[in-house]
Amino acid sequence: MGDGALSVWERSSTARVVPSARPRKLAKVPFVELADGRLQGVVSSGSDIGRVYVSSVEAGTYAFACSTNNNRPCGGARGSFCNHIRALIGEAVLQYGAERVVRYLKVDVPGEEADAHTVTGAMVSTRPAQGDSSAAAQVFSRFLRHLAYLEFEPTTAPLPEMQWFPTTRAVA
Amino acid sequence: MRADLLTDVVDGLDEALAAVDGFDEALVDGLLRPQPAQAVGLAGLADAVAGSPLAGRVAEAAEKTAAGAAGEDHFVALAAARTALLGSVHDALLVRVEEAVGRPRAEAGGDTAAAGGAEHAVNLHVAARSWLCDLARAGWRGIDHELVSGAAAVVSAMLPEPGLRRLATLLDGFAAELAASCPGATLEHVPVRRWADLWSRAMLLTLPGAGSAPAVADVTGRLLPLGVDVQEHATAVQAQVHAVFEPADGGASRLVRASVSAPKPDSVVGAGLWQLLRPHLSLLAAVSEGRAMELDAMPVTAEGDLLWDDARARTGEPAEVFTTARVALPSAAASPTAPLDRHPARIAVPVLLEGYGVEEGEDGPAFLVAGERLAVDVDRVPAAGPLTPEVVAGSGACVGLLRWDAGAFVLQPLAVERTVRKKAVAVHAGAWAGGTSDKAGVRAEKAATDTVTVLRERAGRLLRK
Ligand SMILES: [Zn+2]
Repeated sequence: MGDGALSVWERSSTARVVPSARPRKLAKVPFVELADGRLQGVVSSGSDIGRVYVSSVEAGTYAFACSTNNNRPCGGARGSFCNHIRALIGEAVLQYGAERVVRYLKVDVPGEEADAHTVTGAMVSTRPAQGDSSAAAQVFSRFLRHLAYLEFEPTTAPLPEMQWFPTTRAVA
Repeated sequence: MRADLLTDVVDGLDEALAAVDGFDEALVDGLLRPQPAQAVGLAGLADAVAGSPLAGRVAEAAEKTAAGAAGEDHFVALAAARTALLGSVHDALLVRVEEAVGRPRAEAGGDTAAAGGAEHAVNLHVAARSWLCDLARAGWRGIDHELVSGAAAVVSAMLPEPGLRRLATLLDGFAAELAASCPGATLEHVPVRRWADLWSRAMLLTLPGAGSAPAVADVTGRLLPLGVDVQEHATAVQAQVHAVFEPADGGASRLVRASVSAPKPDSVVGAGLWQLLRPHLSLLAAVSEGRAMELDAMPVTAEGDLLWDDARARTGEPAEVFTTARVALPSAAASPTAPLDRHPARIAVPVLLEGYGVEEGEDGPAFLVAGERLAVDVDRVPAAGPLTPEVVAGSGACVGLLRWDAGAFVLQPLAVERTVRKKAVAVHAGAWAGGTSDKAGVRAEKAATDTVTVLRERAGRLLRK
């Protein structure tokens, strides 16, 4: 502190801190987020329309977990990333951009071009441990909370606070 | 427009902002155990409001806070002092803008009586304030996931209540930013002024009646749209139509806004935002069709915000934006800003610029207006629309919103005119608001429809009703 004037960005009221999500198709992975120190989300089952998988990868350790919304362990997630987790990483890269995913998960991608393939490979190559699926219930409830955002009534009373959140053409 | 006035020094501005910065920097390291440098920042804020009615309370708050003994009321007093200072900055900047554009300002309307809050709301306000005070103690460098996630329950309880939407939407966007920045200890840069803005605004909105902006009149007459401004964070969107209103009784015309907003899932973006808002504001369709609307007893607040009701509006005659800007805008009066809204970020003054030069800079295009350089914030133009930075750079006339941020005025384009085969062609930022037949637009609409369809299907199957 006190080490000189603030930069233009630091003095901006409307600086963009979190870029907008990029549009992506949701059919396979309806929910993905970088939150609570994890990449986490929900992957629709390919065979059962009423079943979803709750998948996550922890930042730093890449400890992974995958189970159904009824808390049954995923058969594919023994020993290494299952297809649900791979799909989750792919969609996270689409939604947030590879750079943000790499930064959040603290992945060391060899070479310069990070994409879903290299990010997944870099994490798998460290032979991450299977984590416990204790967070699954919380992730699923965050997904339900996310879905509930479609249900709130729009309003025509002005929200002056939104002046601090200008839209932006720049995406993640 | 007297563009030279926009680059001139504003007396007292630097001093007021220095006091704001001092407090904001104190928030970076948190107010749990303030260091001497933080105490200086707190005292500076108190000194800056020493001549105001807040003086006594703020001086006490600064002292207690510097001693690490601040209670919630002390934090509220500091937030109020900071808000008052930025209010004076807002006023000074707005006087400058009014001189530059040479338009009248309407007299203040009726009093904005504060509405009483329900008991339920009081409890939620208390919970929100307590979270905000914890944030202030931790400081931006001290935030972690546990602290930040404390906002989620408050936001979830507030969102279903339309009367609490302002604070809920603010807290939701703020908490999402903080969560994306955790842990604060490893943050490379802190958005110092921004987070202090959001924090102090949220603090004041937890006070009874602070967020209330009731209608003070019903208006009947013709509404001539100027353009659409879109604001969004991950889980909310708002579209505001800026327009000139001409009363049917022949009274003076005035500048007004019509707004529509909604909470949204973060995967709804681009054209999906228009789809969400379109059914609740028929004005968006009128904007796309280039038409005026006839209003019949539409409620309006003292600030000039129409509280839109589709039942009180019908589509009118064709109305071209640049004609409106050239003919009707010069005599349209702006309304005074509500006390809590007096902040530089709230400044959004419709202007028409013509005959400027265009300069391509590293940070996007700038207009050269009568020898002065005015930065153009093309980033604020919604992605789901035909107005691109290239179109702005090739334009000869522009209707936009004059704004101020980080020490300088900038122009947000709402529409531009360019000459194609010797004919003037207008391109509007909000052209797709009501729908579009543009090829790229149709593709974007289809993708957005698919997104919402999937989410609704998943919600129908998985959400316990
Ligand atoms: Zn799996």
